[in-house]
Amino acid sequence: MTVKELVNELVEKHGTTHNSLMPVLQGVVQQERYLSEEAMLTIAEALDISAAEVYGTASFYTFLDTVPRGKNVIRVCKTISCHMQGKDEIIQALEDALKIKVGETTDNKRFTLLTANCLGWCHKGPVMLVNDEVYPELTPQKAVEIIQEYERNTK
Amino acid sequence: MKDKKLKKVDLIFECDDCKPVEVLGKTLKRDQDEIILDIIDSGLKGRGGAGFPTGLKWKFTKNEDSAIKYVICNADEGEPGTFKDREILSRVPEKIFVGMTICGYAIGAKEGFLYLRGEYNFLLKDLNATLDKFNAQVKDLGLDFTISIKSGSGAYICGEESALFESMEGKRGEPRNKPPYPTVAGYNSKPTVINNVETLAYVTMICRLGAQQFKDMGTDDSRGSKVFSVSGDTPIAGIYELELGMTVQEFVDEFGDGDTKAVQVGGASGSCVPRKNFADTIIGFEGIPTGGSMMIFNSSRSMYNVLHDYLEFFAEESCGQCSPCRIGCQQLLKGIEAVKRKERNPQYLEDLKKLAATMKLASKCGLGQSVANPFTSIVDNFKEEIIY
Repeated sequence: MTVKELVNELVEKHGTTHNSLMPVLQGVVQQERYLSEEAMLTIAEALDISAAEVYGTASFYTFLDTVPRGKNVIRVCKTISCHMQGKDEIIQALEDALKIKVGETTDNKRFTLLTANCLGWCHKGPVMLVNDEVYPELTPQKAVEIIQEYERNTK
Repeated sequence: MKDKKLKKVDLIFECDDCKPVEVLGKTLKRDQDEIILDIIDSGLKGRGGAGFPTGLKWKFTKNEDSAIKYVICNADEGEPGTFKDREILSRVPEKIFVGMTICGYAIGAKEGFLYLRGEYNFLLKDLNATLDKFNAQVKDLGLDFTISIKSGSGAYICGEESALFESMEGKRGEPRNKPPYPTVAGYNSKPTVINNVETLAYVTMICRLGAQQFKDMGTDDSRGSKVFSVSGDTPIAGIYELELGMTVQEFVDEFGDGDTKAVQVGGASGSCVPRKNFADTIIGFEGIPTGGSMMIFNSSRSMYNVLHDYLEFFAEESCGQCSPCRIGCQQLLKGIEAVKRKERNPQYLEDLKKLAATMKLASKCGLGQSVANPFTSIVDNFKEEIIY
């Protein structure tokens, strides 16, 4: 499906009011992992609002990326409780396994490694999200195994 | 005052004979004003942290003359150290939906929304399945009220109610000026009740048990019980529902690891209580209020690191709309780093405290206003850890 088709399908489902903007942006990120210039321009046209407004909203939200991301986006919680429970070791292990630093995307475009503020699992940290899925009570080894599983399942 | 020990309660997760929909059926037969009076009488205050009396919010919204009104459940739980709403959403979602529907009936709204933080998207499938069933049951009861779910996208500030409305309207999550308050002009500029997840679950339990049973618990200022999220240096991290009115000492005796030096009450935006104040600090609206976040630190922890973490958090999550908060968060962070590196003398911390006090006065919303809480309480009580 092209980006245009995707946007049209989302607009069909959520409507053309300004209130539809978030679900449409979220729907595009769900499929494409980020909002391309083309996607934002198409959305602006479909909702009859300015492209600047679409970009303004998109760029406000951490989960609405406007730069290309990998097929799987990893977000490791970095807030205090997870910090105290060893998030640094988790990040180190993932950086070593994926051979990228936080903020980067692997060459094969399969993974982007990011950090996030409190994910709401302070009693079971460290924790990470891979796309929408949550993985609490991590150890460095567990984190790497989870990523390997995604690697195997990503075409 | 009688001697109060820490009392565990089970209203929220209790489900042996809880049939939230039956509670709804019974409550819908009652007069709207009577329900609102009951909620006011129970003393229930908002469980998200700010503590506004729930029943009053409902009354104000009911009194507004508008054909369109909304009920919104704020499930944008983002305060560091809190995870109780996620637990309520996954274990007893029907209690939340019933609370929303009772509110809708009481104030005359036809639509309800649950604004779920993007970090909890993994809950969507189950929540939507429960909701489909629930909406059909409400229809069978003859009430014109439908709930749907809206997702957030990773912005702490959207837990602020007016920022949440902006987000739902497809805009940047920047808080609005108040007044007007949501009860007058909220989502789509219509009268709106916005309540926290836990608050709405308590509404269901108050309607089931009666206001008196709820009111009998807690203290004059803090009625009832509350769900606490306990994390940090504790052997028993997790979710606990406790009667309000305990001291930090009683809390630490139960949850600490024997070496507790400080408790952060209310998350990053809350206050840090040092050991010397444990005995005479009450957790509640008469002392330090909390949305439920309780982070315990033992003597192995550097309070500089704790404060640094919080300031980094605020600098990232400030929406950037007003300058006291946008610039203040960054400067506080840079400031303590400079003191640590000895580029500034310790006296500079006093200037930073003045900056924090200014942020409290001049910031547009609760985010910027509350940065002074952790900043001043940690700097005052752990100055040597910040400097050396």
